[in-house]
Amino acid sequence: MSRDFETVIGLEVHVQLRTRTKLFASADVSYGDAPNHHVTPVCLALPGALPVLNGAAVELAARAALVTHCKLHPHSVFARKHYFYPDLPKAYQISQYEEPLATGGWLEIETPEGGARRIGITRIHMEEDAGKSMHEPGDPETQVDLNRAGVPLVEIVSEPELRSPEEAGAYLRKLRQLLRWVEATDADMEKGQLRCDANVSIRPRGETRLGTRTEIKNLNSFRFVEAAIKAEVLRQRELLEDGGQVQQATLGFDPERGRLFVMRLKENADDYRYFPDPDLIPLLLPEERIERIRAALPELPDARTQRFESAYGLSAADAGTLVSSRALADWYEAAARAHGNAKHVANWVLRDVLAALKERDAEVEDVRLAPEQLAALLRLVDAGSVTPKSARSLLPELLFEGGDPERLVRERGLEAVADTGALEAAVDEALAAHPNAVASFAAGDAKSLNFLMGQVMRRTGGKADPGRVRELLAERLARR
Amino acid sequence: MSQASEAETASELAAQLAAGSLRARALVERSFARLDALDPQLHAFLFTRRAAALSEADESDARRARGQARSALDGLPIALKDNIVQAGEPASCASRILAGYVSPFDATVVERLRGAGLVIVGRTNLDEFAMGSSTENSCAGPTRNPWDLERSPGGSSGGSAAAVAAGIVPAALGSDTGGSIRQPAALCGVVGMKPTYGRVSRYGLVAFASSLDQIGPLAHTAADCALLLETIAGHDPKDSTSLPEPAPSLSQALSGEVSGLTLGLLREADDPSGVAPGVRVRVHGAVAELERAGAKLRDVSLPHVRHAIAAYYLIATAEASSNLARYDGVRYGHRAADAPGGITALYERTRGEGFGAEVKRRILLGTYVLSAGYYDAYYKKAQQVRTLLRRDFEAAFAGCDAIVLPTTPETAFRLGEKLSDPLALYLSDVFTVSANLAGLPGVSVPCGLDAGLPVGLQILGRPLEDATVLRIADAYQRRSAHHRARPPR
Repeated sequence: MSRDFETVIGLEVHVQLRTRTKLFASADVSYGDAPNHHVTPVCLALPGALPVLNGAAVELAARAALVTHCKLHPHSVFARKHYFYPDLPKAYQISQYEEPLATGGWLEIETPEGGARRIGITRIHMEEDAGKSMHEPGDPETQVDLNRAGVPLVEIVSEPELRSPEEAGAYLRKLRQLLRWVEATDADMEKGQLRCDANVSIRPRGETRLGTRTEIKNLNSFRFVEAAIKAEVLRQRELLEDGGQVQQATLGFDPERGRLFVMRLKENADDYRYFPDPDLIPLLLPEERIERIRAALPELPDARTQRFESAYGLSAADAGTLVSSRALADWYEAAARAHGNAKHVANWVLRDVLAALKERDAEVEDVRLAPEQLAALLRLVDAGSVTPKSARSLLPELLFEGGDPERLVRERGLEAVADTGALEAAVDEALAAHPNAVASFAAGDAKSLNFLMGQVMRRTGGKADPGRVRELLAERLARR
Repeated sequence: MSQASEAETASELAAQLAAGSLRARALVERSFARLDALDPQLHAFLFTRRAAALSEADESDARRARGQARSALDGLPIALKDNIVQAGEPASCASRILAGYVSPFDATVVERLRGAGLVIVGRTNLDEFAMGSSTENSCAGPTRNPWDLERSPGGSSGGSAAAVAAGIVPAALGSDTGGSIRQPAALCGVVGMKPTYGRVSRYGLVAFASSLDQIGPLAHTAADCALLLETIAGHDPKDSTSLPEPAPSLSQALSGEVSGLTLGLLREADDPSGVAPGVRVRVHGAVAELERAGAKLRDVSLPHVRHAIAAYYLIATAEASSNLARYDGVRYGHRAADAPGGITALYERTRGEGFGAEVKRRILLGTYVLSAGYYDAYYKKAQQVRTLLRRDFEAAFAGCDAIVLPTTPETAFRLGEKLSDPLALYLSDVFTVSANLAGLPGVSVPCGLDAGLPVGLQILGRPLEDATVLRIADAYQRRSAHHRARPPR
């Protein structure tokens, strides 16, 4: 019989800050350019070069700290972390160690069981990224690209309080949503702008001491994070159940095979010989500056979700979906305000707009339709000037190309048949053409009504308001 | 000893350039003539830029002719210590590991010198990466002292001090991490100034110990140093440790007056057992001269100064081990020939071949100092000593405006004399390292000869009071002729 184990996970998340230039150099932060194109004497660690802190990065890191409820320290210190590697030009990384930018925060996640849980955040510190070492297959040489060297990052370290791979995924999603929300990062995971190391251990339930942990390095998608942790928990469980022991190790994850591999076994702790960087002065963040940054933060997702629920009468799930990104929430809310019936607009956005986006694998940022024009389209629907079906058929084109809904409806000849005379004629024709259906309706077969509806719609080319057709049909059938 | 017959100080030469009685071309040619005659024995220079310097001298003359001189020093020849980078020029730091390296950018001080029209004639010898006090730790071989070719010029800015003392250039820049400007200035009989930490940008100075390094001038007079320091000082956004305060005018502060100033005679540096008698006598003589000029004297004490050497060698080696980690053969400089063993073996061979013995010794010491488990006992403790020393200085400066002491306990030592005993050489830095630990301005001024070898008087001031130490040094030089003494030819 297998023992009952508890999983203990802590995440170290590296997030690239959304700056134009590097953390300590004036070189552009860019992705995908020719190797070693964005380098200055500082990036190359040429003799005599000195680092100068990028103030914009500090502002973004401070936002990250504030939205995760961390205490921002008015005095923090950059430290040198030493190790030799070809893609680390100075042979040390400028990071923060004993005095980080921020400590002691938390994030609230929704657990897979449906509850909410606070996950502690130990610390947030700023640091520079390393370059890239590239190995061509078959070539014994290592190529080094330093475009990424010096790109600004924050490392966000959670407490070991996550209890399942799913919780780890939820934590990471929430973190990404919040940091993107305040524009601290683009967190484009394909570009490596959000990377995660997972510390994983298990222990018999009820045990308070932590088990021996392993660290899975460099996970760069939500799916991989969950899959890698799942695999590692299983591996550790099997080891312990077979009477074995977990060995402290650094692991990598091969997503193609879904398998973990050992990068190195840790016999003793690395000695990075940290010490305060004497080329840099302490980073001072006076209270006033912290307050200015706090005051400039937008309404955060949790608050916005609650407001959408209370002010617009949306369900928690619907409000949560609309708040999944700030751009979507803003777009929805502008449309809702322009229209007046927020719930109605929410239904359209949640169902039709999101479906159209998904169809094209697009983001709300790609939408060219002004939210006010979505409202205008819906007003046409409300007035019966266009049927919901027609409106729906126009939506993808409107969304991705923009334009005036009213004009487009006219141009396409999609005005609803509102002329009661014409509608009545179509209804009468349909009834006359399908006496059997009329008879079965009279015999109590309600489905016949739908059939007759379809016939009327066909005769009007789909441009009739279904509500009005249903009314007319009901009237006529009742009179027989 | 001979008295100078022709104008030789930077100020005098600048006056002649301004008057049109001397052309920059002639002045730079004179520099190269002296260099050709003297440097084969002295070995003060590692690299020269004759063609470029002569053409820059012509440009300077053309500017002067148009009435568009960039500064009072336009056209003046100057030498750079080979750890201050200039675009298109080598910067070897007297190390094999930087063999063949050419800097693609200018140090901020180089930009400022060139902006003021000075003509850089070449790059001077030093202890490898400025680590040493004798200029013997140079991969290119030692520089000799113009006063006695069997002796060391001091170091690490020994090349710059010797070049000025021998009259090859009227001025040079050096760097001072624990006395590397002041000590060779003293041993070569010239004036050398270490500014307040942060007064001069370190951008383009190849780092030895970042929290201690400072660029400064060497010349014949304090007045010359003031002109040069004015040219290179001031805030630099490229150096985060550069002081935000605007650099004050220094030349204007040189009133020649010391009345109203109180000089503190440092008790710990006036111990007959720790200072050679000939040095002590001449320092006392200089202090007496300043007293006659109106300065008040009093005794001061720095109780923690006895820990300064230990703290200095912990902090300097720790920072050096980190600053020199970048020389790995991957991007520039020396790289060992390929051989089996992968990247680690390549690092080991590259660094093993590239660094000299003293640099290796300091990297080892510094690596040890920063290691987990020793950090608190060594690096942290040394930083605490640094704080205590700073407080000692604050207390001392509450009762005086400047502290006077010998720059070195002895005059120039023989080449090779201290090579076998690195610790003895470390200990000779006892009077200079405190100014670096506390970030203070300090100047060394010639105050006489002992057995034919120069002696230096050191004047230390409060942080930011570079003008005060220069004013005192200048006042002394107006009343003495020691800086006019020249080495035998």
